[in-house]
Amino acid sequence: MEKIQKLIEEKVGYLIVFTFLTISIAMLVEIVPLMFMKQTTEPIKGVKPYTALQLAGRDIYIREGCYNCHSQMIRPFRAETERYGHYSVAGESVYDHPFQWGSKRTGPDLARVGGRYSDEWHRVHLINPRDVVPESNMPGFPWLARNLADAEIVPAKMEALRKVGVPYTDEQIAGAKAEVEGKSEMDALIAYLQGLGLALKNVR
Amino acid sequence: MSNFWSNWVTFIVVVGILGVTLVLFTQSKAKVNKPGESEDTTGHRWDDDLEEYNNPLPRWWMWMFYLTIAFGIGYLVLYPGLGNFKGMRNWSSVGQYKEEVAQAQAKYEPLYAKYKSMDVKAVAADPQAQEMGKRLFQTYCIQCHGSDARGAKGFPNLTDNDWLWGGSTEAIHTTLVSGRVGQMPPWGAAFGEEKVKDTAHYVMSLSGKKHDADRAARGKETFAAVCVACHGTDGKGNQALGAPNLTDNTWLYGGTEKTIIETITNGRQNQMPAWKDFLGDDKVHVLTAYVWSLSNNPKAQ
Repeated sequence: MEKIQKLIEEKVGYLIVFTFLTISIAMLVEIVPLMFMKQTTEPIKGVKPYTALQLAGRDIYIREGCYNCHSQMIRPFRAETERYGHYSVAGESVYDHPFQWGSKRTGPDLARVGGRYSDEWHRVHLINPRDVVPESNMPGFPWLARNLADAEIVPAKMEALRKVGVPYTDEQIAGAKAEVEGKSEMDALIAYLQGLGLALKNVR
Repeated sequence: MSNFWSNWVTFIVVVGILGVTLVLFTQSKAKVNKPGESEDTTGHRWDDDLEEYNNPLPRWWMWMFYLTIAFGIGYLVLYPGLGNFKGMRNWSSVGQYKEEVAQAQAKYEPLYAKYKSMDVKAVAADPQAQEMGKRLFQTYCIQCHGSDARGAKGFPNLTDNDWLWGGSTEAIHTTLVSGRVGQMPPWGAAFGEEKVKDTAHYVMSLSGKKHDADRAARGKETFAAVCVACHGTDGKGNQALGAPNLTDNTWLYGGTEKTIIETITNGRQNQMPAWKDFLGDDKVHVLTAYVWSLSNNPKAQ
């Protein structure tokens, strides 16, 4: 024991190696096996990669910091499933890089907001939330309706996502620009929101 | 989890626990020197006379550590942690959730069953069912219809007696179960600006608003040719199509010249989502009664 101690204390290379070993144990147990489990790597039935427009909307969601107030993770408690629907499962997030689970809820969870409200509701609500929910303390995002979504960059994003395992076809990538062209950021964001959580929407 | 990964996790966890126990054990063997004895040092020496004591671990800390290890082992025996081993208590988060739901089912099912067997209007007269309906409404409906149920621009007021799709208990039930899609087509391109304005003035005349009589006269022709299909010859609307009555003073999007022109030019499209699968028949039944009671007096029926 004394020898090992001497070795670690006096040879910095050994110190580095043992330090890495020690701090990676939790990772080896808690993270590495998840990378090889079907439950976390395979989509559940009905989960598809985001369309080009939804993908553009997802990045607007991230850009505007929606995750600061909205989680996308329904926990398995009755109080949550009664309000939001079926609890979230890992297979729903396999195409999310990175996922938007979060744990901060100033506003409601959005994991299953798809189809919950009409497109028109989202439009009114995003411009000024208090037009439909007077009690709301969510900020308005009126510029989304005025700005066009960036169509140029979407194919490159899809290429990048394909590299980490999202099965986009060549046709989808080729058609991505045309799909987003001329759409406002609002359209893109609403397309994204309306697609959230549909796979288990009506499963109780 | 496959066997390999299960063993992997188990192996690392067990080796980890044994490892820290061993380190703790070897480190706790050092004895505290009695006063007067020469102090044990690590043998390191800096700046001529700066040395480091090699004192043993504080006993209280050491015993805390042993307790922590004992707790960890206890936890791993009772709860899932070692790969695929489910633990003696056979606990899982989904299992706990299902238990919670089953308990709630047992509690609320008889209540909902009781109301399900009653007529909607009788349910509306029941104070407890009304409280339940109110809570359902506040959870699922207020985002569009408002916490006072008076709606907002584009989202109907449920407390008045003006209904787009009908206000009978059956119509409200259908609306909740299957949802509704309201659609007014855009006429801006087909009409042109002037014709739109003329039509708007005729629409304003229907409900006795101040309007330009010449424009209204011209607009009447357009209305008779196009708008009657949904809004009817008298402009009183059609609940089968969700076409609003234009002769009253209830306006979904607004009754000013500007908004009416906007409505005719760009059309309107909105949707009430279907709640059948999400809420289930029992809750829809109670909710129907609550919504119906908002504009009716159940006690008088």
